[in-house]
Amino acid sequence: MALRSNATTKLNLKDLGISIVLIVFVWQIIVWLTNVPPYILPGPMRVIEAFVYNAELILQHTLVTATEVLIGLVMGTVLGAATALCLMMSNTARRFVMPILVLSQTVPVFALAPMLTLWLGYGLGSKIAMTILIIYFPVTSTFFDGLRATPGGFLDLADSMRATRPRTLLQVRVPAALPSLASGIRLAAVYAPIGAVIGEWVGASQGLGYLMLLANGRVKIDLMFAALIALCGFTILLRAVIDVLCSRISHWSGLSA
Amino acid sequence: MDCRDNAGIGVRLFGSVTYDGRCLFEGLSLELVAGQWNCLLGRSGVGKSTLLRLLAGLSTGGVFTGEIVAEDGYPVNDRISYMAQSDLLFPWLNVKHNVMLGQRLRGDHAHAEHAVERAGELIQRVGLGEHIDKRPHQLSSGMRQRVALARTLMEDTPVVLLDEPFSALDARTRSDMQELAFEVLKGKTVLLVTHDPAEAVRLSHHLYLMSKQGVTAQSFDAAEPIRAVDDTAMLKAQADLLMTLRGAG
Repeated sequence: MALRSNATTKLNLKDLGISIVLIVFVWQIIVWLTNVPPYILPGPMRVIEAFVYNAELILQHTLVTATEVLIGLVMGTVLGAATALCLMMSNTARRFVMPILVLSQTVPVFALAPMLTLWLGYGLGSKIAMTILIIYFPVTSTFFDGLRATPGGFLDLADSMRATRPRTLLQVRVPAALPSLASGIRLAAVYAPIGAVIGEWVGASQGLGYLMLLANGRVKIDLMFAALIALCGFTILLRAVIDVLCSRISHWSGLSA
Repeated sequence: MDCRDNAGIGVRLFGSVTYDGRCLFEGLSLELVAGQWNCLLGRSGVGKSTLLRLLAGLSTGGVFTGEIVAEDGYPVNDRISYMAQSDLLFPWLNVKHNVMLGQRLRGDHAHAEHAVERAGELIQRVGLGEHIDKRPHQLSSGMRQRVALARTLMEDTPVVLLDEPFSALDARTRSDMQELAFEVLKGKTVLLVTHDPAEAVRLSHHLYLMSKQGVTAQSFDAAEPIRAVDDTAMLKAQADLLMTLRGAG
């Protein structure tokens, strides 16, 4: 049974570096060629200056967003994985919860942000809830798919060894589905900051989303870009850490098995 | 199972299997002789694997009408171990834990020390003592099939079902594995399902041919198994068997 490598989905730092240099180069060329005013599109050097000048402010807001994202990511992953397990264990849950999950995807998560702010306030709660909502379905869906895709031979072997159903789930299906869960968590790591920032846009007094809105309102577009770069940097760092953690729980999946 | 030892027992299967009202086989009868190698050959799709899955208590997707009885009158299902064409090693477990999979899946923590000791002995016996902590991806296909054999032995059941376990191996490894399996499964009741007449003739005490008409015993004149690969009588029996297979429905 050869399980395909998921190496193509992993972050390659060298390639990332080259991509960033390329983006900055194209950005600078556009600024030079169009001669666009800095309050519309500041050049890379101006943004770097704003970043350095406002480093402390940006760091302070990054920490707020990071807290929201990390708490949301952990809670969303736990909830998503637990839901997938419940769906796997119970036919009734599959019959009644699965349609709700699919229907829930027709509701734009962004549209819920004002309601969450109304119900949970301007603090961390509404941003964490937004983050959970945005990552819950990808985690549930990928893990559930993985749990259902256990190789038939493994299940036959477990049956022939008289394994109980819960043990088959925990000792066979769950480990076999860890690579799928890892894919879901990798996706979640990229989506989670989006959820937190949307929450901050709707109503907050802290966080990178709030800082971006504030900078935009004061026509400090260089600061807005600097905050955006901080958000991208944090997301890339989060994704890299998640990659390392995920490869630990599913290291065997990229190998010939 | 305190009242039963783990020496091979005779098993008899009699019955029919239907899929959506269509009959796969009807009135089929197969008798596994206690403590011996029983080999089953037949064309693809004739129902060999279904028959083996019935004996193993695995789902077949069809409806079985009939009975499977052990000669001692006890149930058969919980006294069978199963080894498939694919080694089915769990890639997240090392060799030792793969061999002890049955204990892990049954939550059998009693005599854990004894189980670890026994797993170590079996791994040594199949020649993988130096690889006990390795993961499946670090082993060759032959080594992996040895681990699967050790896992089957670890179950220590009276009946062992082998579903083309050596078919994916190269000729030399297959020959080595046949000898090893024959040696380590001595005294067990073995049902080997195979497509290979050479393998069947080499290993079997009792040879059965399965066709749409049912299961028929095939006799041949050769020494006791395991037979030498260059045994003239065995080569003749193999050729005869191939001719019979080509003529069978």
